Amino acid sequence: MLQQVIDRRLSGKNKSIGNRERFLRRYRKQIREAVRHAVSGRSIHDIEQGENITLPKRDVSEPVFGHGAGGSQERVYPGNQEYVRGDQIARPPGGGSGSGAGPGPGQDGSEQDDFEFRITREEFMQYFFDDLALPRLLRTQLLPDVPEMKSRRAGFVSEGTPTNLHVVRSMRKALGRRIAMGGDARRQLHKMELVLDALLRDATTPGAEILAIQTEIVLLKQRLHQIPFLDPFDLRYRNRVQTPLPASRAVMFCLMDVSGSMNETRKDIAKRFFILLYLFLMRHYEKTEVVFIRHHTQAAEVTEDEFFHSTESGGTVASSALSLMHQIIQQRYSPGDWNIYGAQASDGDNWLQDSTKCRALLVEKLLPVSRYFAYLQVAEESQTLWEEYCLVRKSQPHFAMQKVTDASGIYPVFRELFKKGSDA
Amino acid sequence: MSTILSSAAAENPIVLPPAPGQRHGMLPSPSDWTFELIETYHAEIERMARRFGLDTYPVQLEVITASQMIDTYASVGMPVNYRHWSFGKQYIASEKSYRRGHMGLAYEVVINSNPCIAYLMEENTLPMQALVMAHACYGHNSFFKGNYLFRMWTDASSIIDYLVYARAYIAECEEKHGLDVVEDLLDSCHALMNYGVDRYQRTQKLSLAEEEVRRKERETYLQQQVNDLWRTLPRAAEKELEKTSVRFPADPQENLLYFIEKNAPLLEPWQREIVRIVRKIAQYFYPQRQTQVMNEGWATFWHYTLLNAMYDEGLVSDGFMIENLRSHTNVVFQPPLAHPGFRGLNPYALGFAMFSDIRRICENPTDEDRHWFPDMAGTDWHQALDHAMRHFRDESFVGQYLSPRLIREFRLFSILDDTKELALEVSAIHDDSGYRHVREALARQYDLSFQEPNIQVWSVDVRGDRSLTLRHTQHNSRPLNDEVKEVLKHVGRLWGFMVRLESVDARGRASKQWEVTPVPRGKVGG
Repeated sequence: MLQQVIDRRLSGKNKSIGNRERFLRRYRKQIREAVRHAVSGRSIHDIEQGENITLPKRDVSEPVFGHGAGGSQERVYPGNQEYVRGDQIARPPGGGSGSGAGPGPGQDGSEQDDFEFRITREEFMQYFFDDLALPRLLRTQLLPDVPEMKSRRAGFVSEGTPTNLHVVRSMRKALGRRIAMGGDARRQLHKMELVLDALLRDATTPGAEILAIQTEIVLLKQRLHQIPFLDPFDLRYRNRVQTPLPASRAVMFCLMDVSGSMNETRKDIAKRFFILLYLFLMRHYEKTEVVFIRHHTQAAEVTEDEFFHSTESGGTVASSALSLMHQIIQQRYSPGDWNIYGAQASDGDNWLQDSTKCRALLVEKLLPVSRYFAYLQVAEESQTLWEEYCLVRKSQPHFAMQKVTDASGIYPVFRELFKKGSDA
Repeated sequence: MSTILSSAAAENPIVLPPAPGQRHGMLPSPSDWTFELIETYHAEIERMARRFGLDTYPVQLEVITASQMIDTYASVGMPVNYRHWSFGKQYIASEKSYRRGHMGLAYEVVINSNPCIAYLMEENTLPMQALVMAHACYGHNSFFKGNYLFRMWTDASSIIDYLVYARAYIAECEEKHGLDVVEDLLDSCHALMNYGVDRYQRTQKLSLAEEEVRRKERETYLQQQVNDLWRTLPRAAEKELEKTSVRFPADPQENLLYFIEKNAPLLEPWQREIVRIVRKIAQYFYPQRQTQVMNEGWATFWHYTLLNAMYDEGLVSDGFMIENLRSHTNVVFQPPLAHPGFRGLNPYALGFAMFSDIRRICENPTDEDRHWFPDMAGTDWHQALDHAMRHFRDESFVGQYLSPRLIREFRLFSILDDTKELALEVSAIHDDSGYRHVREALARQYDLSFQEPNIQVWSVDVRGDRSLTLRHTQHNSRPLNDEVKEVLKHVGRLWGFMVRLESVDARGRASKQWEVTPVPRGKVGG
């Protein structure tokens, strides 16, 4: 009564994905909080990873009516070794909760743990983007992992689709094969024909001999005729291979003011901005390097950890960072080989005379060699640096600036950038 | 190693009914399976099963991958189900523990449907596939078809259709009324799922088309009934006087979901339909919860018997049998109480031992067996087994068939845990004075009404504040657990007005009481 054997292996994997999404949806608040926490703890380079999410057991439980501890109940166990009827056993400490009461090790222990699970890289990024209020179109541009591919001709292969059939090549192959396969027979035939000619000229030849040779000639001709004109293995197809587009290298300069007025929230906004820029560059360039420059009155190139986590105090000379960036470009990143991106974050506080210097540096030295330069002010009040930069914006198309006091304000800075990104 | 298997194997030499006619050559047994081999083995297993007289639904085998098996776990084993976050939670949990190696996956999942759908895991070796087919397609399958509970409560031919309908209907409701409202409603229904079953009534058979038509009628009719029940304007003054003294409901009701579906004042028709869907699905699983030992025991007994019969006919090699016996031994291993791996009584072990024991009692009865099972000792074992499979559930099966010999082999003993006493007491062990006691205690342990608190709808204040009173009747003065308050919130959400739960002790006094007043309407109705 076997009705059928069905191979389901290829159909519908991940049937539960919908249910999983509902689960994530239900706990989105907690997950978003966890993601936020993870972002601040992560290095920019590691931003694209999954994350372990822990939910309190109580939150995810599904309550049902059940018995609590207490009352009287009798349970049967296997494997009695020593007891006889009437023996008293001391009540095991802590045991006897739930229905699994009794001396057996309850299964409750493991169930008391928090519910922990892992969200994937994509899910993590979705929550990250949610915070930044990124439009959906952009997310899809940022998320897919495959590099841009271009298909290129790569010779000929013996298997392929009919559309790629190369007729001339195939016919040439067939011709060669026909010559090779018929070689022996053709040589033989030629010889036989010569012999026959000679015999025919000689009138004394017996008819039987002529007949024998004639039959052989017919047989040879038949053999030659049986060689197929075109065989499947003659066919040649054009071959195309996918090669990744030659992508060039990019370097991203993160400039941040670490003077006393930059507090943790401001730094966090700056960090998110840098992360987003990094993600974007990673999509477009095969190799992306990041240089961290922090400054107060003096600028220094530092590691990422120092960049985000050490505090300094004192005044602010923004031009010091810009000139350091210029130096580094000259030393290590020749504009011919590298696409240079700059991102500067500051609370706008700067020495009065220095702001003019900043503008000059930007316009004369940095912007000509940069693909794009973004300035992010993480404070509301307009100060000299902001005003000077406003002048820059008027003359320079690949310069963007924005005031941001909330993570969701970061995105508008990028809109400019992506406009360019799409036609590049 | 399992003492159960070795003893069972030693005492039950497989004596076959004479094989019909021809002798078969040995089947090929590479370790990798192919579809042809699966069909070949299935044909042989089926032939064996027919010889032993197993009556089954037609079989549909489906080969799936590990990740699909996890999917199947998440939807309580069903091929289709409606969407809900709790299934997602289940999925995440099983996927995680599978990836970390905490949990092996089942070799098979079988569904009580007609045709009977059995999932085979891609990773299984050929001997394992054969074992799985014998176990699921002939063991479980014949149990589904034969056991009285399944015959009474489930309709194997319509369940898949019904789930398709449920999924579509709930998806439609989500579209119309929003994900959150539907999710809340399902949460509440799930909390009461165990209290959504009829215990003593025959359900009607479901079919997709019929269900669709009847739903529409039911919706209008029900709403009309409810409106009638809650009509605020009295039709006549004298009638109202009469009514105040009438209790509602007249008798306590044990099916909470059914009561809510029919009587909750504020639910909309689609909400009632969803309550009904959850109730129907709970009812479908109700027999499985009551026959775990029997079902697994029966399937294990038959994979063991069928494969051995094939071996005796020379159809399969020694290596094939050794691999199968190894899996079989793992399945029926019963760690003793002191063992670190002890997780309670293994239903496979107990069930397999009991069915093997019935066969032994029929074939080689001892004096003790003749005394304990006078009707069965020395009769045809096929009939005895078939009778046991058809007419019992775990509780009555253990109560009827657990023999003193098995109690000794398992060294079963019972422990009485009374909070009034300082210490636990061993109330019976495997000796003459203890057999009956152990057997009764074990049978009770498998009784669902012993495991779950007895909670029923007690009354509704129809004329007053419309509050619903549930009553918990304590058994052996066992109290309710801490989740009561949470569950009551769910009841309140469904009912729409205040819900009260009284816990009544043996003397009829309400020893404890909980009350929940739901947030005013709007949360529920959306």
